Amino acid sequence: MGHGPAVKLGKDNASGYKTRLGIIMFIVYTLSYAVFVGINAVKPSLMQTIVAGQTLAVLYGFFLIVFALVLAVIYNRMCNAAEARLNR
Amino acid sequence: MIYAQSPLAIGLFITFVLFVLGLSFYLARRTTSAAGYYAAGGQIHWFTNGIAFAGDYLSAASFLGICGMIATAGYDGWMYSIGYLAGWMVALFLVAEPMKRLGKYTFTDALDSKFNSKGIQLMAAISTLAISVFYLIPQMVGAGVLVQPLLGMPHWVGVVIVGIVVTIIVATAGMASTTYVQFFKGALLLVFTTIVVVGVLTRGLTTQPDAGGRKAYHQFQNLQASVDESGTLSVPGYAPVANWQQTPYGKAGFVKLTKGDESSVWRVLQTPEGIELEEALTMTKLPDGTKLYNGADKHAGKFFPVGHIKELKVDGKAVAETGPVGPLAYLSALKDSTIVLWGKAYVKEGDVTTTVFYQKPTPGARMLRPGLKFKVDNATGTQKFNFISLMLALFCGTAALPHILIRYYTVPSQAAARKSTIVGIAAIGFFYVLTLFMGIGAMTNGVINLTDNNMSAPLLALSFGVVLFAIISSIAFSTVLGTVSGLIVASSGAIAHDLMDNFLGMKMTDKGKVLAGKISALVIGCIAIYLGIVFEGMNVSFLVGWAFAVAASANLPAILMILFWKKTTAQGVAASILVGLTSALGLILVSPDMWVRYGLLPQDAPISFNSPALISIPASFLALIIVSLLTQKSAVTEDAAETAGA
Repeated sequence: MGHGPAVKLGKDNASGYKTRLGIIMFIVYTLSYAVFVGINAVKPSLMQTIVAGQTLAVLYGFFLIVFALVLAVIYNRMCNAAEARLNR
Repeated sequence: MIYAQSPLAIGLFITFVLFVLGLSFYLARRTTSAAGYYAAGGQIHWFTNGIAFAGDYLSAASFLGICGMIATAGYDGWMYSIGYLAGWMVALFLVAEPMKRLGKYTFTDALDSKFNSKGIQLMAAISTLAISVFYLIPQMVGAGVLVQPLLGMPHWVGVVIVGIVVTIIVATAGMASTTYVQFFKGALLLVFTTIVVVGVLTRGLTTQPDAGGRKAYHQFQNLQASVDESGTLSVPGYAPVANWQQTPYGKAGFVKLTKGDESSVWRVLQTPEGIELEEALTMTKLPDGTKLYNGADKHAGKFFPVGHIKELKVDGKAVAETGPVGPLAYLSALKDSTIVLWGKAYVKEGDVTTTVFYQKPTPGARMLRPGLKFKVDNATGTQKFNFISLMLALFCGTAALPHILIRYYTVPSQAAARKSTIVGIAAIGFFYVLTLFMGIGAMTNGVINLTDNNMSAPLLALSFGVVLFAIISSIAFSTVLGTVSGLIVASSGAIAHDLMDNFLGMKMTDKGKVLAGKISALVIGCIAIYLGIVFEGMNVSFLVGWAFAVAASANLPAILMILFWKKTTAQGVAASILVGLTSALGLILVSPDMWVRYGLLPQDAPISFNSPALISIPASFLALIIVSLLTQKSAVTEDAAETAGA
């Protein structure tokens, strides 16, 4: 069978930790996305509310994009730390 | 005619093509193994891979489609950007590292890693091919569509050029050349869209868009009209129109006026002062297929580009222009202003059908929230279902696209897979922020071609001069090259590796596997050219939506359950892909949108929604769970046999 990675990978003791962390962060982001979709579906007029000089829709859209990057960076730092700690 | 053919654009595109072809032939000398061909030897740096992710993902649909949609429908177009980006969080948090750990060359490898199941190999390969073809057709048709107005060549020439170049890229060095083409394309796209957006912000907002003094904007006229007792409408300077309300135009809220030999269409508005007529634009299709733009050939230049602000306000005060502004001040001023968007109505006179484009002044705050394209205000249950289902497909589709997933095999480690995804998220997220400003820039700078809003981004660039237009146009071509090459690699892997090598068990040497991959790429390249020509003139952008819905339904449940549910069996995975694929496709084929494409009435369709994800994704999960639970015994037996044999 021709499966398995194309390059040889070392043992990763941090794998379990990273999986749990990924699930938690996935849930956090999914909830913020679900609230965004929910407001648009149930009360779209709320998205026209002006907050800090912008519509809520614009602010929430920027938030989802920036939040994605922030979570990604935090995830990477925590994974790096775990790999350094557990794969010595 | 709105477009200008640019020798500079042709020159830049040829330069880019020669560069990537040279690079491909150079890399081909180092691509002699199957690992080299299908996974670039697993040695691509994570940063390069991350930008290549952006180059792979940001297809013509993202670059041209979203900008065009924002230009004409405001925030609703940007919802696609938000949904597409959110999908990358599924890829990063759940899929990236396991995909790298489990797979070798194709997405099927990861699904089949612990089963060695013929069922999975077949179903996953079919799913890969179906998704890739759905994605491929709009890209190839897009190549032909781009080449016509920009380079003045026929549709088929564009399709053949792109098909041949991409096939050479893939057949020479496979994933290695594809990666670098996508890297350069992604980097160019980010740099030059940033330049366009800086130009938009520096120019600021104005009620008199003039492309920086290059081109005066057409001043749309309003006329005062009167109606006498007999119902005849009179306008100074125009021939009176008797019984105007009984004509097909009158019934649709318009009136057709004539002055000498020329006729024009106006929207009828009731005002306190009486009847006011507002200038509209028309596209008339004659029975022989000829199209007239505002009553004349498209080269006559009578069909004006549109997009302007009716009333511009800054801090509550009406102004003529803002001058250079920052991004937040730009959006804030827009929110307080009134923008002229454009509606569309159809008028039928015998065999002649006329599309009338009319002005729709819209408050900026209304445009900067959802609801102009998606029916979310006072929506029925079906309309809400449609909207939620679409947002679900965008969220779940990205992490299940085979041509994206194979990028995980090109990096040396799981950490590199993770880091490259983060670079991809940063690049794609930044690009999607730029799409908002590019779309709105087109909306307010008088550059929209109402008959084809996909050209909004290149035409916005044209308003800054022919050099930027030429660069953006050549990048649009390279966008097609990057995405299509990724699709052909994924498809050739599905045929040569999944079907020939694994499913059919054809014994091949390492060099034989490379040869099989190259021949497969050649065949798929020819098929892509054929499909691109056959589908000429058809609006096939909806097929990208199919690809996302099918990927989300057929692939994602299988990927997630293999990773997170220990009772998953091979039969369960195969059943999940089958149910996801057939239910998503089946629901799409009987949807109201498809009924319209069949020439039938949408209300006669068997179902009332268009987006299948909210049904097909749960159905796929359910199929996997039920079949896995029903086949637990055989899984246990297989495990025991493996243990005994070990």
